[in-house]
Order: sequence, then structure tokens, then C-alpha cells
Amino acid sequence: MSFEPKIVGFLCQWCSYTGADLAGTSRIQYRPNIRVIRLMCSARVDPSFIAKSLADGADGVLVCGCHPGDCHYAEGNYKTMRRFPFLKKMLAAYGIEDERVRLEWVSASEGQRFADVVNDMTERIRLLGPSRVRSKLQTDKAER
Amino acid sequence: MADKKLQIALYWSAGCGGCDVAVLDTDEFILEVAKLADIRLWPIAVDGKYKDIEAMPDGELDLTLFNGAVRNSENEHMAKLLRKKSKLLIAFGSCAHMGGIPGLANLTTRDDILTTVYLHNPSIETGNQTIPHPETKVDGFSLHIPEFYKRVYKLSDVVDVDYFVPGCPPAPHQVKNVLLAVVGGQLPPKGSVIGASDRAVCDDCAREKTEKKLKRLHRPHEIIQDPKKCLLEQGILCVGPATRSGCGVRCPNTGQGCRGCYGPLPNVIDQGTKFIAALASIIDSRDPKEIQQIIDQTPDMIAIAYRFGLPASLLQRSMRS
Repeated sequence: MSFEPKIVGFLCQWCSYTGADLAGTSRIQYRPNIRVIRLMCSARVDPSFIAKSLADGADGVLVCGCHPGDCHYAEGNYKTMRRFPFLKKMLAAYGIEDERVRLEWVSASEGQRFADVVNDMTERIRLLGPSRVRSKLQTDKAER
Repeated sequence: MADKKLQIALYWSAGCGGCDVAVLDTDEFILEVAKLADIRLWPIAVDGKYKDIEAMPDGELDLTLFNGAVRNSENEHMAKLLRKKSKLLIAFGSCAHMGGIPGLANLTTRDDILTTVYLHNPSIETGNQTIPHPETKVDGFSLHIPEFYKRVYKLSDVVDVDYFVPGCPPAPHQVKNVLLAVVGGQLPPKGSVIGASDRAVCDDCAREKTEKKLKRLHRPHEIIQDPKKCLLEQGILCVGPATRSGCGVRCPNTGQGCRGCYGPLPNVIDQGTKFIAALASIIDSRDPKEIQQIIDQTPDMIAIAYRFGLPASLLQRSMRS
């Protein structure tokens, strides 16, 4: 069987989740590899959620929020914007490929853009192959 | 006094020995310990052989304070042996609690460590090809040394641990509190962190805190510090917001940022990601390029955010190799 990436999506409810909803109501077809979790704001995505997703076997994690300046809570997505490069720097040190974790701004009117992002990310991760994180941690555990 | 003295052991595994010194740093209280307890094993301070421990009936020891991480097969063997012989096994200090400084070796591989240390270091004798192996055959005899594991584990990865005492090393007043709690039988539910507070280091730090806005990060020697002001507000990295208190705020009080040795706060599963979440929130920029520039002022995020707890973090180790 070919490899189907498992992607966890954290979507802010005001823009990106509504955008994903628009993709659905507009009958836009996109890859079914994403599992969406709706949150109040992209800033609700504690970096530990992303680490936990990877540790538990996600092949990729997509975080989507309102475009800068559009945050329902005024500042939330700026916090996300600053957390992401910190997290990316840490993930690089762990040897986790950069493309597995992605931040995108998707507004409520960008159904097509949401579909494009999911398709693009799915294909990039398909090329990378399955994440090694979970199997490594399980092997370590089994050896002790 | 009880008719039978408390039977205790203190063991030093993959660590620096500072935890043993922290026990001695309880000053004259150590004499109380000698009155209350028979020390059956404490390699740094008293006699006592592995074979004496092996000969004991199971559960003979009332308490073992185990410091150090699990780096090799000897560490694991002793952890399992002491677990069997002890009623209470306490992971004592950051290394046993979370992997500690040795745990940062999880960012590299066993092969890299062995070749760097034994083959490529500038101080190695030219042409040396000797790397330690668990078994070596010499003249028909077989010599054994402990196997160096491919990664570092925290104590609770290999045995069941009753309590965790954080700190690098645990603060002497907390060592005393822990020993008195054991003697007095006043212990919280199994699995608890003891000898520490449930608050953050910032809660106990006396420095003045105002609104935090950071434009750049400094290493401590790069600026003249204001001794009264919050270190983070001055741009000095301090892991206080993401670290459990109980240490007595030793580092910030002396002008060093908290290094995070007491580990994550209660109910937090991953200290480092909590720290970057807090740090990113106070960076004063909305420009991705500028944000990247500020972040690039820290050479190594992992060694800052997980200095004492990489093996206890969600991702635990390098995914290379």
C-alpha cells in the first residue's frame, strides 16, 4: 500500500476553520490526509501540541490562523508568528524535516487557498516519507 | 527513637556527583542523618560494595536516593538492583528526574560520541584506534565493561520510581526537607515531585517585573545588568517562567538567568516548548525578518529550553541516524 501522510491541522475558528468550511461548502476537492482540530485562535496552539502530535505519530502538522492584522483577538496570530521560528529552530536540532511543520494564514474567504495548502503539504510530505519520530521513541522504549 | 534505624543507600549514576555533594551541603544535619539512618551504600562517602547490596533480602533498604541518568548498562543494572532492594526509590536531582545535562547527548549519536572522544579529539594520541567495546578478548580471557547505550534515559524509563526530587543539584534545605518527610512518613501520593514548590521561579523571584518587551537577547557578559530588574526584561535568557520553584531562586539572585533545573511546572508535560511559547510572546516585533534575527541571537534553543530535561521531553532525542 502506498504511503498516506497523516497530517494534524490546528485551525483557528474565526478565519481558517471557516475557510476550511468554505472549501467544503464550495465542494472544493482536497486531499483527505488532514485531521482538523478547531481552536479559538492559532495562539492557542502551544508548541507542545505540535511536539506531541509528532511524538504520537503525525507525519506533519499544519497550523492555520488569520492573516496578520486580522486576528479576532488582535494579537494572537502575532504570538504564533513569533513562536513558530523558535519551534522550527528546535525541530531542526532534533533532525525533524522543516516541511513537516507549517504555518499558513488562511482567511474565512480563502476556501480555495486552504485546499491548495493541504494538497501542497500532503504531496511534500508524501515525498519525504513517513515520520521516524514515533517509531524511534517506541524502539527506545522497547529496548529498556 | 525508633528501635531500628532507617536503612538507606545513595547511588551516583550518570551525573557529575554534585547531588552527593548537595547531601553533604546540609552541613551539621548530615550528623542527624547518621543518627537516624544506617548508610549501606554511598560510593562517594562511605564504604559499601555492590555485592553487599546483592546479598540483601528484597526490600531491606527503606530508602534509596538515586542520582544520575541512565547512560550505560551498569547504571541500569544498579537502578534495577536498588529498586528491588528498596521500599522507596527516589530519583534525586535533575539527571535521575529528567535526564539532566548528560541527556543533551541525545542530540547526537553513540557513534559520534565514541569517535569524537576516542579518535578525533585533539588530545588523542596520534594513530589511536581504540574504542571501548563491551567485551574484549585478551589471551583467551574475556574482559567486560558496561555497554554504552545509544541514548540517555531518565531513571523512570528503566524502573518504577516512587518520588522525584528535582534540582541541579537539589537545594540543601530541600534535601533536608525530603529526608525529614521520609523519616516522619509525611509523603504525598506516589509519583509526586517532592522537595520543591508548585509555583514558578518567577513567583518567588524578587526582581521587579513590569511589561516585558524584548528587542534583542543578550548573554550575561554582554551587558551591565540592573540588579533589581527582571532578567528577561533586560534580554537575558531566563527559564524562570517555565520552571518549578523551590530552589530559593538561586540563579536569578546571583545575576544568572534561571537554567530550568527544577523542571516543568505541575501538569506541564514539556518544559522547553512552554518556555519558547513564553519567550516568543514577549518579543517585540511583528516583522518576520526581525523576529528571525532576534531568534538567531540564540545559538542553540534546545540547550536553553531543555538544558536539564531532554530525555524527559516529548521528543526526547535526535531523530537522525
